[in-house]
Order: sequence, then C-alpha cells, then structure tokens
Amino acid sequence: MTTMEVDRRTFIVTSASAAGGLMLGFYMPTGADAGVMGAPWTATEDGQEVNAWLVIDPDNSVTIRVGQSEMGEGVFTGMPMLVAEELQCDWSKVRAVYADVNRHVQNFAEPYMVAAGAAKETDNLYQRMGTGGSGAVRRSRLYLMQAGASARERLKQAAADAWGVDRSAVTAENGMLSAGDQSGTFGEFAATAAGIQLEAEPAIKTPDQFTLLGTSVARLDTPVKVNGSAVYGIDAQVPDMVYAAVEVARVPGGSLVSYDFDAVKDRPGVIAAYRLGEGGIGVLHYNLDEVANRVTGIQSGVAVIADTYYRALTALQLMPKEWNDGGHGDITDTSIINGALEVLANPDDPSYNPADSVGDARGVIAASSNVMEATYTTPYLDHACMEPMNCTVHVTADRADVWVGTQNPPRAIAAAAEEAGLPEEQVYVHNCFLGTGFGRRSRPDEVRQATAIGKALGQPVKVIWTREETARQAKMRPYSVYHFAAATDANGKPEAYWNRVVSHSIFNHQIPQFLRDGIDSQAVEGLDERLPYDIANKQVDYAIRDSHLPVHWWRAVGASQNAFALEGFIDELAHAAGADPLQFRLDLLHEDSEFRRPLEVASEQAGWTTDLGRGEGLGIGMAEAFGTIVAHVAYVTVSRRGQLRVETVDAAIDCGHVIHPRMVEMQMESNIVYGLTAALYGEIHIDKGAVVEDNFDQYLMLRMNEMPEVRTHFALSGGGKWGGVGEPGLPPIAPAVANAIFAATGKRIRSLPIRNHDLV
Amino acid sequence: MALTLNVNGTSHTVDVEPETPLLWVLRDNIGLTGTKYGCGIAKCGACTVHVDGKKAFSCTMKASAAVGTEITTIEGLSEDSSHPLQLAWIEGDVPQCGYCQSGQIMAAAALLSQRPDPSDLDIDSAMSDNICRCGTYAQIRKAIHRAAEIAGG
Repeated sequence: MTTMEVDRRTFIVTSASAAGGLMLGFYMPTGADAGVMGAPWTATEDGQEVNAWLVIDPDNSVTIRVGQSEMGEGVFTGMPMLVAEELQCDWSKVRAVYADVNRHVQNFAEPYMVAAGAAKETDNLYQRMGTGGSGAVRRSRLYLMQAGASARERLKQAAADAWGVDRSAVTAENGMLSAGDQSGTFGEFAATAAGIQLEAEPAIKTPDQFTLLGTSVARLDTPVKVNGSAVYGIDAQVPDMVYAAVEVARVPGGSLVSYDFDAVKDRPGVIAAYRLGEGGIGVLHYNLDEVANRVTGIQSGVAVIADTYYRALTALQLMPKEWNDGGHGDITDTSIINGALEVLANPDDPSYNPADSVGDARGVIAASSNVMEATYTTPYLDHACMEPMNCTVHVTADRADVWVGTQNPPRAIAAAAEEAGLPEEQVYVHNCFLGTGFGRRSRPDEVRQATAIGKALGQPVKVIWTREETARQAKMRPYSVYHFAAATDANGKPEAYWNRVVSHSIFNHQIPQFLRDGIDSQAVEGLDERLPYDIANKQVDYAIRDSHLPVHWWRAVGASQNAFALEGFIDELAHAAGADPLQFRLDLLHEDSEFRRPLEVASEQAGWTTDLGRGEGLGIGMAEAFGTIVAHVAYVTVSRRGQLRVETVDAAIDCGHVIHPRMVEMQMESNIVYGLTAALYGEIHIDKGAVVEDNFDQYLMLRMNEMPEVRTHFALSGGGKWGGVGEPGLPPIAPAVANAIFAATGKRIRSLPIRNHDLV
Repeated sequence: MALTLNVNGTSHTVDVEPETPLLWVLRDNIGLTGTKYGCGIAKCGACTVHVDGKKAFSCTMKASAAVGTEITTIEGLSEDSSHPLQLAWIEGDVPQCGYCQSGQIMAAAALLSQRPDPSDLDIDSAMSDNICRCGTYAQIRKAIHRAAEIAGG
C-alpha cells in the first residue's frame, strides 16, 4: 500500500469544501463497491442532492447520510435501510456516509420531515444527531422513511413530466423509473427531482409492506473493518500534525501544583507543554461546584506536545510534576458506599423522596409477621471503550476542524466552538468510526480539552489519552444500593413491596433540572411505577448521595443495575415461598402483562423444567429498557472448587418490530458480553480519591474462552411498539446468572461483581 | 536514531528512539493505522501483528527488536481483502465497532498458519489474548472455522 501525501494547501482548499469533509493519507478500501469509505465522512463529489439525506449519482449509486454514530450497533446499515425501503433504489449501490453536523447546526429540516418525526429532538437539519438511549431506529425511522418516500415521489414526478404522463403511472423499483415502454434511472432524473415541490407528501409504508426492512442484508461497514482501512478518531491524519500526551489530576477536583518542562524540553521531538485548566489554557475549567464545569470543564493537568505520540508521552511521563488532591484524598469506594449504606439503613433519613407510593406498603410491612428483607449493592464501573479517548483538532483564527469518534456531534461542535472562540458555523466536526461508545463518547470532555490545546498550539494536533489516562478520567456508571422489604401472604406472595434506593445521581451531576421532586427517574428505572409485578401496596423511596467522582450514562443506564437487585430479590421471594421462580413470576404478572411472552419464550427454549444435576443451575432475569422487554435464562455450572461457567443464555426479546434480525442477534450477544463482563468482574475501586483499576490487567474483561452460547429468540408483539435494541439485552444478564448460581449452589449473590463471592 | 524496518514487504527507515514500541512506529512514523492501540501492556491484543510470521504484541515490542524481521500488519495480510479470514469475516459480518478486529484477524491468521483446521479449544486458547468489548467472540470463532474451510478448498 501507499499513503497519499497531501500538502497543506490542498488540505486547506479541500477542508473548505461545502461538505466540510476531507481526509487524506488514508488507506482506501480496495473494493470499489465498498458501501462505506474508510474515512466515514468521505462524500461523493458528482452526485445530485435530492434532499438532505440522500445524493444520487449519475451512475445511479445513492449516498445516504447517517445522522447517528457508528459504534458497532449498525447504524451505517440500518439507517440507510430505512431510507432505501421507501426510495426503492438499488440496495447494492447504496453508500453510507456521516451527515454533516456543521450543516445540521446551521440549517433547519424541511417542515414535512420534521412533521414525520414524532420523536424528533430538534428541528435542525438532521433532527437527532446524538446516539444513545437505544434510539437510532425507533426515534428516527419516521423521518428517514419520509425522506426516502418524498425523494421517490419527486423522482417519479420528474419522469412523469418528461414523459408526459401522470405521476401515478410511473413506478419506481430497484433504482429504475418506468411507465409503459418508457424507462430511466434515478440518476437521470435526480437533478430535476431535486427542484420539484409536491402538493402533498406521500405516506410512508406500514410494517406489513416492508421488503428490505426485516431482512439481514450485509453490513455496509464490514469491508473497511477487515483490512485496517476504517478510520477511527485515533487514526485521523492531518498534514503538519503533531501529537499531545496529557495527564490530569488523578483525583477529580485535584490540581497540578507544578511541573518542570525544562527537565524534558530538550528531548527529541518535544515541542511544547501547556498547563491545562485552572491557571492554564482553556475557557471552561473543571469545577465540581458548577454543573457545566464538572461535566466537560478542563481538568487541571498538563499536555506535552511532540512530533510523535511516543515522544510526547515519554516526555510527559519523565517530566517532574506535583499534584494536590483537592481535599478528596481520604475518599475510597468503601467510604462512598458505606455513606450510602448508612442512609439506606435509616428509612427516616430526610434525604429520601418518594418515587412511587401505592397503598400502604410501610404499614402492611410493619404489621406483618412474614417479612423478607435484603440489601443489594452495585459498584462504580468504567465504560472501558476499546478505543482510548482521543481527539484531533486544527484551530485557526476563523475555522476549527475536529476529528473525533463521538456519540454526540452537536455537543462536540458546541464544546469546540466555545473553546476555539468561534461561532458553531465555523466549526467542522468530522465524526469517525467509534471504537465503541457505550455512553462514554457522548460527553465531549476530550473535545474541549483537545480544542484548547490546538488553539494554544496553532497547529494540527492529535491528543491521545493513554489507557490509564482514559480510565482515570472515567465518567463512571454510578454505584447504587438497594434495601428491599416485602410482606408476604400465607402462600409467600408479596402483599407489600418497599424498596429504598440510594445512588450517585447522573441527573444531579449533569442535568439537575431533570430531577423531579428529588427523583432521578433513571436511577429508579424498573423499580417505581414501572415495576413489572402486580403488588397491592408499593413504596419506593429514593435518596441521592453523590461523591466527587464524575458519573455518566453507561450502557442501559439505571436498568443496568436495578434489574440485578430487583430480579434477585424476586428470586429470593420465590425460593422463600417454596415456589418455582418462573411460575412465581408469572403469578405476579398481570394477565395482560407484556413481560409474559418473553419470559415464557426464554424459559421454554432454555428447557426450564429440565432436571439438573449438582452444580448446575438455570436462572431468570428480565427487564424493560428503552421500550423493549428482554428475558434471559442463563444456564451455569459451578464446579466443586467453585469455578463458575456461564454455559448458555436463552434470550427472548420483544422490541415490537425488527428491521435487521441478525443485527438484533448481534446486539443481544454484545449486551450479554458487556453485561456479563460487568457482572463477573466489573468494579472500580477508589483509593486516595483516585481510580485504582486503570488497565486491562486489573479491570478484567470477558474473553473468548468464557463466551457463553447465546441463543436469541424473537418474541415480537408488533403493533405500534418500536423498542430499542442497543441496550435492553444487558440488564437481565446479571440477575439471570446470579439466580442460576443460587440454583446451582444455594449461594445468593447480593452484590456485584460475582468474582468477590466464594462459590464453594 | 535511524532504524530500518521491513513492513508488508516494504523497507522503511524511521527516526525513532530504539525503545519506541513498534506500534507507534507503525502508526505515527509509517502511517499504517490499521494496527490499534488498546492498552499498551499486551493485555488486549488490539495491536497484534506478525513478526516473522508469528503473532506479536506491537505495543510492547521495541522497534529495535523488529529490525531485520519481516513485519506484517493487517494492511499487508492481503492486497485486496482476499485472505480466507477476511473473506470469512465479510461473509459472517463479524465486526461490530471493528476496533479490535485487526488484532483479532492477525491473531487468527497466526493460529491458522500453525493449525490449519483448529478446534474450538485451539481457537479459545489462541484468541483469548484478544479483547472484544462488542462481544463478537462467537462470530469470530465461527468465522475462523469458516476460514479454515475456505483455505482448505
């Protein structure tokens, strides 16, 4: 292979093009028909834009713009499918490319496309450009299908006008327009179509009319991901680019006291050093007391710039530095959790607010002689994205370019604009492939830091955080602790349920205005009025107990841990009642409950009634998240020496409709691996105020030799239900495995991770 | 100092300190970004390349130790994504985010060169140095079997 050399002049000219996209020096995919270019913002040059979502080339290929971020979940295939279903183009000639966030912040969407999107988040051009909440399909499908349908009707009108026939006489299929003996390609009519106004926009298809949607077409991004050509943020290459290695205070809120650049400035390739944050560069500095500052504010630290990353990193590591701990040096994970457990132990602690209250749960429990109680705890977690955090920037007096893999390009552009001191129209974020996101990449703290460095330097610079730096600057999944109490009747069935929950609140940390009467709705997801089970008297109380650590959305958010606690306690109730855990759950579900079918399908497929031997167990977990219900039945074995193996997981999902069955299966496997990793191993310890587990030697990951067989079963209810897929498979895995361990060993797991428990 | 490295059949002379990890020389000096940085301590496998046909973690291998060897990166595995593993990966749509996949494919290629028809146990044992946070393990295992079939004709 060869890398292209592009000079600075070419760079400036190219980067000023309307698409705002450029990229250079990349290994291009060898397949000429690749559906995605290695650099995912690489736009076609000679096509006709029919609307903001699609460009049709003279050769009849169609470039479909993707407004969501590709981090493995498949939006570079799924989003184009939604458009193509209506457009009726030739799917084999579809290319996917990122939508341009600069255009998005400058322009509004056509009103008819806004009208189509019931769940739109803005009226801006691409409507929903943040990826999260398992929302790509369910929240953008209507306007994407409308974009395809409206373009198709314009193409038909253009042909009808040319042929002197009525539009209703023209058919569009597989990229061809025809009427009687007349025919032509989409490419021939694209230019005319772009200028046509319709009196009324066409209606979009209903699911029973889908032909492309519902099929497992090949992913468009696979070819660039098997030959090294896919460009992730960390791969961005810009002419005259130098590298930055950074270190910020290991204790959030701590500060760099001093550093001695003179000691390393003569090392090979070293160019400069900048103090970051307080007393140094950057517009918005980290400050725990202010919401904006603590979310993306630049942490106190130092950046060293050199001509290669390794030289920058070596100089940074060798440079003498002194730090303070910001007064947080006594904090440990134990001190944080113990503080929460104190609140949990006192039902009358004034920090509680009611999250749900039906009947008189406390009264029934106080009067009952059959009360079950249990405390569950879940730890802080790191996202541990496969790709360490990084960002490349080029900031000039009138323009800033940013190359980053981000889940939220509009937030990235806002942070970069503020740091660069430029209006958003003059900032170009070139989104890259994401080496996973899991929520971490929706908080553009790395973009802000990199932009400040790039502005100070005045030269293109790639900022890379080491794995250790990425871990130390984790934006964690909060801990959460739970105390359950239930009063049961003579048959062991709960008459009253009282759950107290204490957690570090993400809303309180970054969007306090989302709290309602002191309740973080995500922190009590699935536990409050969303509790699946019918119990006559219910009380859920929630208290916030934050720490100095930054917290953030982590795959499946509150459900990721709440399901572990709830489904574990339900299992305890079942066993205390001497009941079968499946039947116990079914008896607690309303006869119309949407949970019944996934639960029945998963347990039936798992062979729930099979007799098991010593050391074998089946366990159930289920949860609803992002509009989708998933039930898992895990089959585990535990050896006499206490060695656990998760052998199989039968996973039943009701997400209403499926647009790409294989992608759903892959997301189930993905969620199970991610959730199982956390359940078995995941725990961030805090010592002297700082993260302990900073690399994969300590923060353990599930590996291939531990991969269970995952069998995905569709239990689709259809109708108006469109649930998410990227996260709902995660919450039920921890309880399914923990409950299976109980079935195998009689040992009840009430805290995660499982590795802390002796299973002998 | 100047070091000469043979990467994918091409000779590159680079000005680096001899202890520079091969990973960063490949990425920053030579411009081959298919080989990924994941951990820097040989615990994730994202940086896997071949050195004289054998699997190596480029993040902990000093560049000076690679002088005089034949280094192969993902970009050099085949000219046109035609290696049986690449074909099997495409057929099975294995990658999700894709970030670890260069390392996965290079580790699998080293395995197949030793064991052309590996068992599940062989695969688990050879591939457990490689982390995939997306959880593509089952698909990787299937694709390695499929690649063995393709290679075996």
